[in-house]
Amino acid sequence: MDMFLEYLKAFIVGGLLCVIAQILIDKTKLNPARILVSYVVAGVFLGAIGAYDKLVDFAGGGATTPLTGFGYTISKGVRNAVDAEGLIGALKGGVTATAGGITAALFLGLLASLIFKSKPKK
Amino acid sequence: MENRIIIPERRIRIISSASVAGGDEENGPFGGSFDITDVNGRFGMETWEKSESEMQRLALGCAMRKGGIDVDSVDAMFAGDLLNQCVGSNYGLSDYRIPYFGLYGACSTAAEGMMLAAIMCSSAPRRCAAVTSSHYCSAERQFRYPLEYGGQRPPTAQWTVTGSGAFILSSEDEDCGEESEYTPVVKEMLPGFVVDRGINDVNNMGAAMAPAAADTIARYFSSGRDVKEPDMIVTGDLGREGSGILCDILASDGYDISDRHVDCGVLIYNIDEADKHSGGSGCGCSAVVMSAHILKNIRSGVIKDVLFIGTGALMSPLTLNQGSTIPGIGHLLRIVGEKR
Amino acid sequence: MNIDNKTYKKYADARAKKSPIWKNCIWAFCSGGIICSIGHFLRGMWMRFGLNGDNAGMMASVTLIFAAILLTGIGVFDNIAKHTGAGTLVPITGFANAIASSAIDTRSEGYVLGVGAKIFTIAGPVILYGISAGVVYGLIYFAITVI
Repeated sequence: MDMFLEYLKAFIVGGLLCVIAQILIDKTKLNPARILVSYVVAGVFLGAIGAYDKLVDFAGGGATTPLTGFGYTISKGVRNAVDAEGLIGALKGGVTATAGGITAALFLGLLASLIFKSKPKK
Repeated sequence: MENRIIIPERRIRIISSASVAGGDEENGPFGGSFDITDVNGRFGMETWEKSESEMQRLALGCAMRKGGIDVDSVDAMFAGDLLNQCVGSNYGLSDYRIPYFGLYGACSTAAEGMMLAAIMCSSAPRRCAAVTSSHYCSAERQFRYPLEYGGQRPPTAQWTVTGSGAFILSSEDEDCGEESEYTPVVKEMLPGFVVDRGINDVNNMGAAMAPAAADTIARYFSSGRDVKEPDMIVTGDLGREGSGILCDILASDGYDISDRHVDCGVLIYNIDEADKHSGGSGCGCSAVVMSAHILKNIRSGVIKDVLFIGTGALMSPLTLNQGSTIPGIGHLLRIVGEKR
Repeated sequence: MNIDNKTYKKYADARAKKSPIWKNCIWAFCSGGIICSIGHFLRGMWMRFGLNGDNAGMMASVTLIFAAILLTGIGVFDNIAKHTGAGTLVPITGFANAIASSAIDTRSEGYVLGVGAKIFTIAGPVILYGISAGVVYGLIYFAITVI
């Protein structure tokens, strides 16, 4: 039952974060690139004020999987790095914390371009 | 309001035309009517830009073949497409040793090219070609997102038609060109003004183009010509959205065209079934519908008198990012079927 | 129609067929929820493989990125995304799709100025503003801790 509840929380929180973006797309004509940028910056901000930590504790993957989670990881990385190394951490923390995700996405993207050809929409 | 209608001094016939189209178009209502099709839209080429060029090459070649026309007998060709520097036309038509004029009229290029060809034919007995194309894949890359990008389109968005049309016009006295009972004759022309009504939504091009089309049509009828004269008023690619706006604007000006208005962007797809939102767009849209449907029906005598308005959204992603709006244009041709 | 541009724009916006927002939101909620649940599951799975919380979270993202890039490559992602909208955009899958689609699409322009430059078309702004917001936060956080 606990297990089910955990997934339910992830589902609902993740789903709601997507619904907010969907409403923004349909109502404001914000293009997807702007939505993604807003979500990352919002994640950094919410992480900075400590709100996103609580959301991650509550929803787990429901909070870390959306792009706000990417922003949260940046803010967390920055905070830990500043704690450990002082001011220089402000420059190192963000990229270090997200290095795995960014590198994987870029490298796999490059591989994809070697393997696949573009196809028309069906 | 001044009308500036151009009446050619010679009898200018569209002696031959051809259409080339992709898979979605072949699956639409005019499937089977196009001269050449390739379901995957590649036309044997490596890049989408080359595919588009190839479509133009095939279209002009096919039009000449259908009309029994020699390369040497064509005095000029007017061609354009949607791509930067008009590469579709530049590369596609380089095989033909015919004097070449490159055009950019966005989706109105079919009408613009035919109009310029007719004007050139008007001064002496000549033969001129108008060629245009658009390709969903090359246009998507240039104007929107990568092809595999997972985006969602609002219901007002339009789909660039993969297609190319070639038209050969002649003012010679001798009887030549495609065999048919009737021959389409360009009677009158009215070039459009650039009209910008402040629309900046790339997903609602119909709204950007409709005022330009309405402006040209209203100027045409303000000369005293009767709205009931043409059997059909054909617009290029206003889509469902733009068609509604066009009829609204003209109705408020006192011209009710709704009973005879059709739009190539609406005709080309089975919109709901194929999920094409507001309809088709692009240079190829009006070009293939004119060639494979309207002109064909004029030749067989089913339609006698057509007002064709090539509509274009003169949109640039660069200036749009700078905050500019989307200007539209509408070029009008009156095409009448006459006995040979 | 003698109206000014502002009135025309209002008229055009008002008559424009609206996006089916309820349908879109339900799609976005369900698909986004499912992807996040998968993300949650993957995080647990990588933890069971012995990774700590942060690395497990990262590997969960990497797994989703891999799946999204694969689906983009075989041409399936865009067909799903036209229904799911923000449901596939907002999770890390949208970021991965933006990178892979740009890369695949521009290989005809070469691997340096094509793929190399254009891979960042949509991902670049995300990384840039994410990192920059992080730097700003780091400076503020440092100032606060020093004081």
